[in-house]
Amino acid sequence: MTWSEMQPLLSQACSETFQMVLWSTLIAVAAGLPLGILLVLTDRGGLLQNVVANKVIGQVVNVGRSMPFIILMVALMTFTRWVTGTTIGTTAAIVPLAIGGIPFFARLVETAVREVDGGLVEAVQSMGGNTWTIVRKVLVPEALPSLIASTTTTVIALIGYSAMAGTVGGGGLGDLAVRYGYQRFETELMWITVGILAVVISLIQFAGDFAARSLHGRGGRSGPGPRLRLLKAKETGAADVGKVA
Amino acid sequence: MPNRMHPCPGTPTPAHSTVTETHVITTSGLTKVYRSRGREVTALDGVDLHVREGEVYGVIGQSGAGKSSLIRCVNLLERPTAGTVTVAGQDLTALAGRGPRAGRELRRARSHIGMVFQHFNLLSTRTVQDNVELPLEILGRSGKDRSRKALELLDLVGLADKAKSYPAQLSGGQKQRVGIARALAGDPKVLLSDEATSALDPETTRSILQLLRDLNRQLGLTVLLITHEMDVVKSVCDSAALMERGRIVESGTVTELLATPGSELAAALFPVSGERTGDDRTVLDITFHGEAATQPVVSQLSRTYNIDISILGAAIDTVGGLQIGRMRIELPGRYEDNVVPIGFLRERGLQIDVVGQEALLVKEGAK
Repeated sequence: MTWSEMQPLLSQACSETFQMVLWSTLIAVAAGLPLGILLVLTDRGGLLQNVVANKVIGQVVNVGRSMPFIILMVALMTFTRWVTGTTIGTTAAIVPLAIGGIPFFARLVETAVREVDGGLVEAVQSMGGNTWTIVRKVLVPEALPSLIASTTTTVIALIGYSAMAGTVGGGGLGDLAVRYGYQRFETELMWITVGILAVVISLIQFAGDFAARSLHGRGGRSGPGPRLRLLKAKETGAADVGKVA
Repeated sequence: MPNRMHPCPGTPTPAHSTVTETHVITTSGLTKVYRSRGREVTALDGVDLHVREGEVYGVIGQSGAGKSSLIRCVNLLERPTAGTVTVAGQDLTALAGRGPRAGRELRRARSHIGMVFQHFNLLSTRTVQDNVELPLEILGRSGKDRSRKALELLDLVGLADKAKSYPAQLSGGQKQRVGIARALAGDPKVLLSDEATSALDPETTRSILQLLRDLNRQLGLTVLLITHEMDVVKSVCDSAALMERGRIVESGTVTELLATPGSELAAALFPVSGERTGDDRTVLDITFHGEAATQPVVSQLSRTYNIDISILGAAIDTVGGLQIGRMRIELPGRYEDNVVPIGFLRERGLQIDVVGQEALLVKEGAK
């Protein structure tokens, strides 16, 4: 295969991956953020303590987290058809990706929000702030550097998941590597895909770290430094992709 | 030597006090029991506290005595198990409702009670000015109004030039000043201070206490502070209470406490030491305050009764803005031999505690 043959394939796969990851990340963040915050608030001793709700949300998140993505994709087919009208293609792949990303991100949000100093919550309570004020003015802003790091981790995990979207004809870089590289012995194309993925992931990690660090530098909150954070993020990310594959 | 004990008559008395007889914080029968895994811990055991308007009231006790629970019960950050809390005429326990969440009324009441914390609790992602504006945002003030008020308060605590800094760029003392400015944003009548100086070095502690004192004088602010440092009570408080195992064991104005024979708090506030040199000797603690402080009583005593007086220990200090002297002296002979000289000293308006004699007196009283 020559470069001119590979080039259109690659650019199309890139754009498909980009679309899948972009939309599923947006949905995962939009739904996972409130869910993660609720997990903290409804916990024992939390502001909205509700043991039953906490257990239910916790269980749903656990089930979502423990299910291998490829099975989730198959299991969600009916739902996907109901939402998008089809079970095949890039748009259809976004549905299971987003659903898989929500509990993943929710757990990370939970951890990030739990790290916020309880004294700050108490301070805002003493000013007469209600729970919504506390979420808006304390929990989210104070956890923001961690939340950005969590988003980075989620994006990287979703890029990993999206490689499997080929099974439902979702396309993307992973699918390209499997179809051409593995099935047609186009080793060169496979390595190029792997290279592109490596570069993209590094760039995303770098951008995420940079954003988190610049917020940190301003606030100067003590906690794990950006280096450690990067290590942690890579570990979780890698572990997850590994489990799925 | 006795002359050293006489404070100069011209000593500046503290600036006009703002204390009135109205009680601005009252707790009655305040009880807090924590239950966890079947175990019950009583943090507060029927605490009655009366804080007068315009005074600085210190609650002192060791860690675990219940001070922290007490101050958190005052603005209902902790729900008392029993008892009532009234702040500025409003029964907060009645506003609380049954659920664990604070209703609108309670939240409004809280916004008029300032609170400062040991670890400052400033939002690290907001600038100093934005931190001070936070309570005003909660009160729903307009942006212009907020920034005017915040800058005014920062000026009041001496941090006008730090408005755009982040808390991480400030020293501990500066952070606490921001904390105080923030606590004042809702124009509170009452300021609660939860070990506000415990994380600070002695120098900074002094300046923060001075600030609290100034605010108390200038704004007529009532301050309820809890601390484990006797020096805090000594330097700023008008009244104090000693807490032990969830109960208030002693309370009153500093003057009253110092005038109470055998008061633990007074002894801790103003200790004098010195051991008796022999068995047939009488040791007296003399406390001078008010007019008595200006009389040369020791030399008068010595001349009148022709006795040799040895001074075991003496100190002079300012407690709660009042100059006070305390001296431990030893007279030859037992207590029975010294009844007349002791009577002479009492007649002069001095407070005399016979050291090691309290037990004896109690026994006699029992007969």
